[in-house]
Amino acid sequence: MTPIWPVIVVAGAGTYAMRASFLAIAHRMATVPPGVARMLRQIPPAALAAIILPALVRPEGHLDLAQPRLLAGALAALVAWRTRNVGATLIVGMGALVLLQHL
Amino acid sequence: MPSLTEARAGASAAAPMLLGVIPFGLVAGAAPVSHGFSGWSAVGLSTLVFAGASQLAIVDVLSHGGSAVVAILAAWTINLRMVLYSASLAPYLGHESTRRRLGAAYLLVDQVYALSITRWAGDERADRRLSFYAGAGLLLWTTWVTSTIVGTLLGSALADALPLDFAVPLVFLVLLVPVLVDRPAVVAAVCGGVAAVVAAEAGAGPLSTIVGAVAGIAGGTLVDARRPQSLDQ
Repeated sequence: MTPIWPVIVVAGAGTYAMRASFLAIAHRMATVPPGVARMLRQIPPAALAAIILPALVRPEGHLDLAQPRLLAGALAALVAWRTRNVGATLIVGMGALVLLQHL
Repeated sequence: MPSLTEARAGASAAAPMLLGVIPFGLVAGAAPVSHGFSGWSAVGLSTLVFAGASQLAIVDVLSHGGSAVVAILAAWTINLRMVLYSASLAPYLGHESTRRRLGAAYLLVDQVYALSITRWAGDERADRRLSFYAGAGLLLWTTWVTSTIVGTLLGSALADALPLDFAVPLVFLVLLVPVLVDRPAVVAAVCGGVAAVVAAEAGAGPLSTIVGAVAGIAGGTLVDARRPQSLDQ
């Protein structure tokens, strides 16, 4: 098997460079043009949804809407919306998934 | 000026997130070990890469006989969104020293980003922003590394018992809901999610997350630009 340590070091260095990219030059971008600010505001919803939706609709690597993760996720979204509470969302989401998997 | 109160507020805000971080960290520790890598390599992944999904991708690629280059590219692609987070946070931290900003960059993960950007948007006190960020980030980092170590000891027995990977989208759901405050944000989320799924179906693999994010940003920005100026205030 390919040795893992060189991969860890290079993947880690690249990931740090991405994290540092704009923070490293932040002192030169104190005033952001309104157009850019408008764009930056869309990053959280866009990026988070891009992580969440595939996990709910294609858990096995192909589109599948008739499986428990989508239903459990929808239920958890409702709880997240009503309570904004991570604990409640996790318990309801995980509980629903385990329950649905055993039906 | 570092503020202990604000650091504590950051840690408190991050505390409920631990319910999602701990199971994910256990998996990040168990996965390398159950695929024949050493426990130390799991700890190396959690400290040097410090990004769960990409850590699992590296183990997945290497354990299926993939090359180092493919594993590295998979990890980088999954973590590309960090560039977006970095760009989004930078305007708030321009007054901090380069050393502090580079230190903060190490702690940049989804949860710290989402918590900080929400907090800072409603707080005029620029001097204490980094304290909140560090409080949240250090708590998450410590928990992540600790649960990774416990995961290496528990091994694969754990991964088989519960669908722990499902904790990841659930935690992100809780981060997503509070940012859906207006039409552009909803459009950004819908475009981002749908584009990510379409890209994944088209075979984009780990790239699909960043494709979705870019599509979502474009959609949200377009809708935002069309709104009457008065609504921006």
